[in-house]
Amino acid sequence: MSGVVHPPKMDQMDRALKEPVLPPLHSPFSWKQAFLNVLQPIAAILLGVAFSLIAVKLLGDSPMLVLKTLVKSAVGTREDLGMTLFYATPLIFTGLSVAIAFQAGLFNIGAEGQLTFGAMAAAIVGIVGKNVPAPLAPVLGALAAMAAGAVWGFIPGWLRARRGSHEVINTIMMNFIAVGITSYLTLYVFKTEENQIPETAMVASQYLFTKWTWFGDTPLNFSFVLAILTAAFVWVILWRTTLGYEIRAVGDNEEAARTVGIDSARIRMIAMALAGAAAGMVGINEILGSSGKFKMGFSPEYGFIGIAVALLGRNRPLGVVCSALLFGALHKGAGALDMETEKVTRDFSQILQGLIILTVSATGFWEFLRKRRKRK
Amino acid sequence: MTASSAPFAVEFEQVSKTFGDVVANDGITFKVRAGTIHGIIGENGAGKSTAMKMLYGLYRPDTGGAIRVDGREVHFRTPQDAIKLGIGMVHQHFMLAGPYTVLDNIILGAEPRSRLGTVDRAAAREKLTEIAKKYGLEVPFDRPVERVPVGVQQRIEILKALYRGCEILILDEPTAVLTPPEVEKLLANLKSLKAEGKTILIITHKLKEVLSFTDEVTVFRQGKVSGGLPTSEATIQKLADLMVGRKVTLSLDVPPRAPEAPVLEVKELSASRGPVKALSEVGFVVRAGEIVGIAGVEGNGQSELLEALFHSAEKGVIDSGTIRILGEDVTGVRAAEILRMGVGFVPEDRHEQGLLLDRSVEDNFILGQQSSYAWYGWLRRRWVRAAISRAITTFDIRPRRVDVNMRGLSGGNQQKVIIAREFEKDPKVLVVAQPTRGVDVGAIEFIHGRILKAREAGVGVLLVSSELDEILQLADRILVLYAGRVLAEFKRGEADEKKIGQVMGGGKSAAEGR
Repeated sequence: MSGVVHPPKMDQMDRALKEPVLPPLHSPFSWKQAFLNVLQPIAAILLGVAFSLIAVKLLGDSPMLVLKTLVKSAVGTREDLGMTLFYATPLIFTGLSVAIAFQAGLFNIGAEGQLTFGAMAAAIVGIVGKNVPAPLAPVLGALAAMAAGAVWGFIPGWLRARRGSHEVINTIMMNFIAVGITSYLTLYVFKTEENQIPETAMVASQYLFTKWTWFGDTPLNFSFVLAILTAAFVWVILWRTTLGYEIRAVGDNEEAARTVGIDSARIRMIAMALAGAAAGMVGINEILGSSGKFKMGFSPEYGFIGIAVALLGRNRPLGVVCSALLFGALHKGAGALDMETEKVTRDFSQILQGLIILTVSATGFWEFLRKRRKRK
Repeated sequence: MTASSAPFAVEFEQVSKTFGDVVANDGITFKVRAGTIHGIIGENGAGKSTAMKMLYGLYRPDTGGAIRVDGREVHFRTPQDAIKLGIGMVHQHFMLAGPYTVLDNIILGAEPRSRLGTVDRAAAREKLTEIAKKYGLEVPFDRPVERVPVGVQQRIEILKALYRGCEILILDEPTAVLTPPEVEKLLANLKSLKAEGKTILIITHKLKEVLSFTDEVTVFRQGKVSGGLPTSEATIQKLADLMVGRKVTLSLDVPPRAPEAPVLEVKELSASRGPVKALSEVGFVVRAGEIVGIAGVEGNGQSELLEALFHSAEKGVIDSGTIRILGEDVTGVRAAEILRMGVGFVPEDRHEQGLLLDRSVEDNFILGQQSSYAWYGWLRRRWVRAAISRAITTFDIRPRRVDVNMRGLSGGNQQKVIIAREFEKDPKVLVVAQPTRGVDVGAIEFIHGRILKAREAGVGVLLVSSELDEILQLADRILVLYAGRVLAEFKRGEADEKKIGQVMGGGKSAAEGR
């Protein structure tokens, strides 16, 4: 008040010097711990691979040849790599979708329906909105895919939160409804007149993403970048915002969240809508990025593989991206098995996928048991 | 197999038990004289239950030590082995099948057979009636277990053990769920068991009961035996110091304080649980600078009262009544808004309602207050850290780490995190439920001090607790809740354990009637 700046008093300085130096509140970053965290899923994957190679040996083929064929076919050339990334793209979206729901304590089996609906919405916008100017068109198509997926996720979320009916049953039912509605729209409303294949007409050309020529003749497109950005965005939402904090709190302990005043019903509806939007983004890759039209049954069950992707990725965005890449590689690599090996066929990659999921979830199970033992 | 053959019914010599890298028991050595009541005391996690579970065959000890029963070394693989040697155990949570009758529950697994191979209930009844008479353990044999009071359920558990020929009886926290009159009854039962030559081991953390129940005491601390002495030489202070390992302040100095304006008013509050009336026209006022205690045996409407205070906005939580906080009618207002008005809430079940056990201490510290550590929806970890580094020091939370999992903390420290969270937001009203349940002596001392400090600072405190001692020490006024009604109100100093105990059991007649 007097305008004079006093120097710090001696006793204050003394006190500051005498204050005990407290140890840090955070454990220091440990390379060992980080290594162990990464090591466990990798060890589980290797175990799964080892089991499958034993199966190959028993069939009478050479395990080394199978392994070499898989790797070579997945990442051997630029084109191979492009296809692997292309296959991984929808799996990143559906894996994120399942992971978001899981963080809120919900099991989203409905990614398949959400992505089907998202793809249909993108196609409809592209077919109907022929006069939308070029720069706006793909944005509009993408938003339509996300919105449609979000609606399809929100409905079971709402039913769970307000009516108490279980999301697993509802999301499965929503899958059937999505197939029914999109089939009707494909066959009776937007049917292409060029052929008898059950698919819609093409979207207007300004909607389509350009292909990346560096990877040769592959359908890989901007959607892959979008998928990576989405993963980053999901991480930010879940771990850096109050919304994400609340989503994870509801997922961890709904009763505690409710007790401290978090509206768990609202949070679950939001989480399911976000999950649906992520799954709906598969439509961006399918319609705007590659085929340009809605083909009935275009998805080889991306939505269900997404559950495995999320499981392998431990419901974390980075983990989802990594496991989606692995699944993409397996899918791409499988094609070559028919040609290169005598007895092993492409179905082998599914056995491999199955075994990896088994070993990964089994190691997760050990951890679960250990936790329970500790609790006692 | 009778205890008379050896002077010691049970001997532990250098017995250890490790779970993974956790040492639960470390070289435990103590002896239990035959025909005595022996108290096993210690804080939570001190290893007393582990030791008793080894004696009952539920855990197998590490190699190296020896457990002897009646002078002979034993190696139990299952509880069946222990039962064969005459050891019985009454667990803290009773192992009863609710819809079955009392008789069927007692004989379950050891049914006498008639010649036709059917269950010979008549023979069982005859044998049990005799046992019950001998020890004064009357139970209604034909009533379903779920319809008898907790005190009777405990008697059923004791009968179960006696029916199987038990000579050594282990009781785990037997008084945790009982009203004071029921505790008296239990004590009488145990004395008659002792008179018949049975040996009894009681695990407890209530020091007062140790003094009135037992002949000798063994104290556990951090997995080891920190002392053993005849009860005649023990005092509460001595036992507490042995349990904690340092001097403990037991009696609280509560300065008088004049209460001010009402901050929490509840009027004619009624609520039901399903078709059952859980609260009937409950009414009370809490003023600033005052602690109002709600006493009562658990399950008499406490949970419903807490639920009603915060969740009256949800359908079906209350039937009628009004709740005012700081003069404002908050009936039907959402929990988030009530808590934002300056109300701190320590819920009764910290694991179910208070914490995210698999998340960090830091995440738990902001639970419910995440918005005040955020800038337009972005969590500011730096703000959180500034606040928590202060709290972790003031509330002496250990370990001094904020990134460890909540599950890894002891019960006392978990509770301190909740207390820190709710007390640090400078509340005007504090609703504190079972603040020291399952919490060690040191933390109890600290938490009680904090509650008194809040009172001094002019906070209105509603203290809901089934620990009568706690209520008697802290509360300026005490309301006794029984079957959803406020049966009585006492001022500080007006009531003692006996008076309140009778009301807790539903009035004088009900207390004696069982």
